[in-house]
Amino acid sequence: MWKTILRRMLIMIPEVIILSILVFLLAKAMPGDPFTGSINPKANPAQIAHLMKMNGLDGPWYSQYWNWVVHLFHGNLGNSYQYQEPVTRLIAGRATNTLWLALFTMLLTYAIALPMGVFAGRHEGKLPDTIIRFYTYVTYCIPFFVILVVGIWIFGYVLGWFPTTGSISITASGWLDTIGSRFYHILLPGIMGALFSTVNIVQYLRSEVIDAKHSDYVRTARSKGVPTKDIYRHHIFRNSLLPIAAFAGYSITGLLNGSIFTETIFSYPGMGLLFINSISFRDYTVITALVLIYGILNLLGTLLSDIILSLVDPRIRIQ
Amino acid sequence: MATEENFLTIKDVSTAFKINGQYYDAISHINLTVHHDEILALVGESGCGKSTLATTIMGLHDPEETRISGVVDFEGTNLLQLDEDGYNQFRGAKIGMIFQDPLSALNPLKRVEDQIQEVLDYHTTLSTAAKHDRVMELLDQVGIVNPPLTARQYPHELSGGMRQRVIIAIAIACKPDLIIADEPTTALDVTIQAQILDVLRSIQAENHAGIILITHDLGVVAETADRVAVMYAGQIVESGSAEQIFNTPKHPYTRSLLRSMPQRNNESDDLYVIQGNVPSLRRLPTTGDRFASRIPWVPASEHEATPTMHEVAPGHEVRCTCYRNFTFPDEKGSDHV
Repeated sequence: MWKTILRRMLIMIPEVIILSILVFLLAKAMPGDPFTGSINPKANPAQIAHLMKMNGLDGPWYSQYWNWVVHLFHGNLGNSYQYQEPVTRLIAGRATNTLWLALFTMLLTYAIALPMGVFAGRHEGKLPDTIIRFYTYVTYCIPFFVILVVGIWIFGYVLGWFPTTGSISITASGWLDTIGSRFYHILLPGIMGALFSTVNIVQYLRSEVIDAKHSDYVRTARSKGVPTKDIYRHHIFRNSLLPIAAFAGYSITGLLNGSIFTETIFSYPGMGLLFINSISFRDYTVITALVLIYGILNLLGTLLSDIILSLVDPRIRIQ
Repeated sequence: MATEENFLTIKDVSTAFKINGQYYDAISHINLTVHHDEILALVGESGCGKSTLATTIMGLHDPEETRISGVVDFEGTNLLQLDEDGYNQFRGAKIGMIFQDPLSALNPLKRVEDQIQEVLDYHTTLSTAAKHDRVMELLDQVGIVNPPLTARQYPHELSGGMRQRVIIAIAIACKPDLIIADEPTTALDVTIQAQILDVLRSIQAENHAGIILITHDLGVVAETADRVAVMYAGQIVESGSAEQIFNTPKHPYTRSLLRSMPQRNNESDDLYVIQGNVPSLRRLPTTGDRFASRIPWVPASEHEATPTMHEVAPGHEVRCTCYRNFTFPDEKGSDHV
């Protein structure tokens, strides 16, 4: 078990190095530079060159990359050109917002999807199953951002139940009030995100339950005299969860990627919104840091999936 | 020897499956009895309804997709009248079932011990320690060499023969009166087959159980069975003691089956092949002898319009009258060359 995890982590080292080089080069390859638009077009080219040199942007790419890596290991990701504050501090503030939103969305997703999937599979072909399938097809067909916009319009604007922007109300004071206000702000984006990401899980789980229901080992369990509800509890549920467990790690990273949409549309100050903004401002230091973080999170997600799967499926454990 | 007490009487049982909204009989009007201390072999080609009969007795069919009629009298209770909870008092406790494919019949995510113990959980009031001891005893009884080790393992760590032993251990955990073994040796190689059959026989002797052994392997039947029922296209066409079936087979189907069995003293290299296939459920002839299409040289006048069972010797019954003058086309004295 520990061997499996250790080996998987060792594989991650070269992956992270390659990822960091790619990320760095891609950011460099974008047209424009951080000073475009922020300085007088009639400025002296010598002055611009001086600015580039000051910021370490003049040498060949590998020396720039090396500088970046050295600073990275000192916990220094440079200053944001746009916000004029250290990238680490900037991201740390945003990351907690994203984390809370992602966590809430994930909990809600599984809380909705697991019972729904099992219920639909168990009552295959009946009315509730048809309704659930209709819901998943419709949701699957509509682009995520359209769902968000419609949701924000109905629940935030027309009905006015939820705030439509921000992560906290400016009038919030005291810790209880603060937590309450933060939770109130992630409710709508969290629910909308969860409704969308349940679809895959419900569909998977439903077909897994239907498969398991007709499997030989369930027939064996029935011939042992195990009551139906216990068959679902002890045999079908756990076995059907295997593919869901395998996807759990990925789905966490999926949520972080999805947060780019959610945060942009809800103007929620998290990593996703920061990412979009820094791309439009060519804020290299922030972009590279964020892409690197997203990349590492993806790698961690796959690692997590592998670990979860080897925990739940004895056939995958390496002796 | 067999006592004459019938603890299982199957009367006029038919099971129909729903296909595109219409019901088709997979087995029709089956009559059978099983005594203590005997092995009743159910023989026939694939698709002739053997397993359907087994799952009908166990009540494993989806009531929305099947229509079952008749009576399955098990020690005075008509199983077919029971609801799910009532049936669960019999399944595993008084009737044990052994399935065909040991590779898929065990839950891949549960340890062997948990899977055997599950039966004891629902049908006994033993303490946890007593259940553990019983699991060890059962594994030993089915010929597992190192019970404590196997108990901790998962099914994928066991060989096919060992998995089948585990399945047998599950089936016999509560000393059932009836064991239904649905092709227990089909997925195993020949050396393991003999061992598994030995295990079955020794268990039967110990528990005085009755066994319904479903197989298409006449070699297995000859080795183990006390009585034999031959099924064709959802009907029993011949039944009798093993000696009667093997020494004086009557029905053309039984005779064809025996003739298509490889034999050491057979001079010819060619095996007999029964023409055609078992008709599918939707194409079953509604009247006449269902086997008629596969012995086309027999004139229609030889068959009964609605074939019934005829007793030819005490305990030996044959369906239809066509057996009386039946010969194979290449046999001496045959006029249908």
